[in-house]
Amino acid sequence: MRLYCTVALALGLGSVGAASASEDLPRHVLPPSSNGDLVIGLCDGETSIEVAGVKPGDPVSGDQAQKIADALMQEWRRKHPDGAWRVAAADTAGNPANPGPAPATKDQFQTYGAFTDRDRQIWQESTDKLVAEGKRIFHDAKALGGTVAISCDMCHPDGSNTHPETYPKFQVQLGRVALLRDMINWCIENPVRGKPFADDDPRLKALEAYILAQRKGFALDYGKH
Amino acid sequence: MTGSHKSIETKHCEERASFFGDLARLGALSRRGFMKVAGASAGIAAAKGLITPQSFQLVEVAQAQETGAPSFTFAYISDSHLYTRDVNDRFIRSAVKAVEDVNALDPQPDFVLFGGDLAQLGKKEELDLGLQILKGLKAPLKIMVGEHDWFLDMGEHWRTLFGAPQYSFDHKGVHFVTLMSVQEKDFWTAHGMSPAERMQTVAGLDNGLQSRFEVGSEGRAWLKNDLAKIDKKTPIVVFSHSPLYKYYRNWNFWTDDAEEVQALLSGFDTVTVIHGHTHQMLLNRIGNINFYGLLSTAWPWPYAPEGLPKLTVQMNRADPFNAFDGCGDGRMDVLTSGMVDKVYNLWNRNPVTIRSSYLVSGGEKHRPPATALASY
Ligand SMILES: [Fe+2]
Ligand SMILES: [Fe+2]
Repeated sequence: MRLYCTVALALGLGSVGAASASEDLPRHVLPPSSNGDLVIGLCDGETSIEVAGVKPGDPVSGDQAQKIADALMQEWRRKHPDGAWRVAAADTAGNPANPGPAPATKDQFQTYGAFTDRDRQIWQESTDKLVAEGKRIFHDAKALGGTVAISCDMCHPDGSNTHPETYPKFQVQLGRVALLRDMINWCIENPVRGKPFADDDPRLKALEAYILAQRKGFALDYGKH
Repeated sequence: MTGSHKSIETKHCEERASFFGDLARLGALSRRGFMKVAGASAGIAAAKGLITPQSFQLVEVAQAQETGAPSFTFAYISDSHLYTRDVNDRFIRSAVKAVEDVNALDPQPDFVLFGGDLAQLGKKEELDLGLQILKGLKAPLKIMVGEHDWFLDMGEHWRTLFGAPQYSFDHKGVHFVTLMSVQEKDFWTAHGMSPAERMQTVAGLDNGLQSRFEVGSEGRAWLKNDLAKIDKKTPIVVFSHSPLYKYYRNWNFWTDDAEEVQALLSGFDTVTVIHGHTHQMLLNRIGNINFYGLLSTAWPWPYAPEGLPKLTVQMNRADPFNAFDGCGDGRMDVLTSGMVDKVYNLWNRNPVTIRSSYLVSGGEKHRPPATALASY
C-alpha cells in the first residue's frame, strides 16, 4: 500500500514561504550517528533515525528500505498523534477533487508524472514567490544596489519594453550579441548606477523571473529588433 | 569590438547635427537656401533608404508658409521629475537643457507651459529647485500640478510656490484653463500609510494600490462655473496633467471622470487639451476635442499594452543607451482659427510637427512621419 503524509506537503508549502531568493534553501541537518551508522531523515525536515548495522554507502535491500520507511513514519506518528493521514489509493477511488495519480492500467505510470493538482499549486506558488521577489527588486532602487534613486519600473512599468522574448540578439549599441541578463546588468550599471550582478546572484535570477513572467504568452522571437 | 564602435544612434545624431548645422549657417531662410537644404535632406534620406524625407522639419516650415503665420506661440516643458542634486543630478541637467532650448527660441514664445511632475517625490527641496530652474526662463511661466508634486503634503508646498492649482486666463482671444486632474480618492488611510509612503505609492506608475486620477466634483463645478461666462465661439485650450480621456487604467493614463469633463467642453467650437504625465508622443481626438500629450525631460514611458488612441503616431522606441533620447520639449503654434499645431522637439531626433488638421481630418491630412521602431 502506498502512503503519503499530508504533513510533509504542508511543510513543503511552509518552507516555500521561508525561502526567499536571497537566502539558502532550508536544509535538514542530520545528527551524526554515535557509532558511524547510516542516518536517514524524514521529509518533515526534523525526524531522523539511525539504521543499526548499516554504514553509509552500504547497499540496502528492498526489505530493509521498507523497514526504515516504516520506522520513520512510526516515529512521525508518535510525534503527531492527531496528524492527518490519507491513503493514496483511497484518494484515487471516486474522489474527483483529488484524483491522485492515474491508475497504471490505463495510462503510463511514472513517479515523475504522478502529481496532483495540489502539487501543481505548490509548484506554482514557489514560482510566483520568485517572480514576486523579482518584482520587489525591480521596483526598489536600494535592492538593485542603485546609488541614484533609479529603479527599473521608472522606465519599464509592469516590465514593459523589456521584451525578453527577443534575446539573444545583436545589441547594436554594445556591438555584440547580448542576453536579457546582459541588458539587466547594463541597466544596473548605467541608469541605476549600481554594480552588475554575478551570473549566479539570486537577485539577477529573480529579476529574470519577473521580466519573463510579464511576457507570458508572447512568442519567442530571438534576434528581433 | 574596438572602442571606435559607433552606435547607429550616434551616427544618426552626427548626421542630423551636421544637417541642422548647415541650416543654421544659411541664416534667414531664403527660397534658394531652402531649396539647397531640402535637397540635402532628400539626399541624406535617400542614402539611408528612408521613404519619408519630410521628417526633416524644413518641409514642415514650407507647409506652414502655405497656411499663414500662427497667431502666437507658446513653448512647453514637462515632467522633469527632479531629485535634489545630492540624490541624482541627471534630471536636473535635462530640465536645464529644456530651459536653454526654450530661451533659444527666436522669436520668444508668449509664455511657457510647465506640464506637471516638477518634483519626483513632492519634497520641498525638489519643488524649490524646480522653481529655481524655471526662473531661468525668459518668457512668463504657466504651470500645472502633477501627482509627483502633490501627494507628500497634499499640495501644501506647491500651492505656496505657485498658487491655486486650478486657474484660467485669456490670451489673444483664447481662453486657457488649467485643471488639477490628479486627485485620488483616499487609499492611504486604510493601509495606514505615512505621507512618504503615500507619495511613493503614487510615484509608482504600475502601483495598483493607488486610486484613479480624477478632476473630482469640486473641480468640475469650478470648471463649469469658469466656462459659463465664455462665448461658445471662443477657442478653449485646457491644460491638465493626466489625459482627459481613458487610455490605460493600470498606469493612470486615465482620468476617471473624463466623460463628465469632456461634456463640459463639448459645447465650444474649438477645444484643445494639452496634458503631461504620459511622457510620449500621444494624439487623440474625441468629439471636437483635440488632445496632445507632452514629452518629458526626464524619461519616456513605453506605450501602454492596450488602449492607444487610433490617431496616435507612435514615436520611435527610445535608445536606452542615450539618456536624452525620447525626451524633449516643444512648442505650440496657436493658429488664427484658435486651432493648435504642436512641435515635438525630440532631443537627438528630428522634430515632429503635428498639425491640428491631422486630428480634425481624422488622420486623412498631414500625417506625421511613421515610426521605424514601434513599442514592443
Ligand atoms: Fe511624469
Ligand atoms: Fe504624472
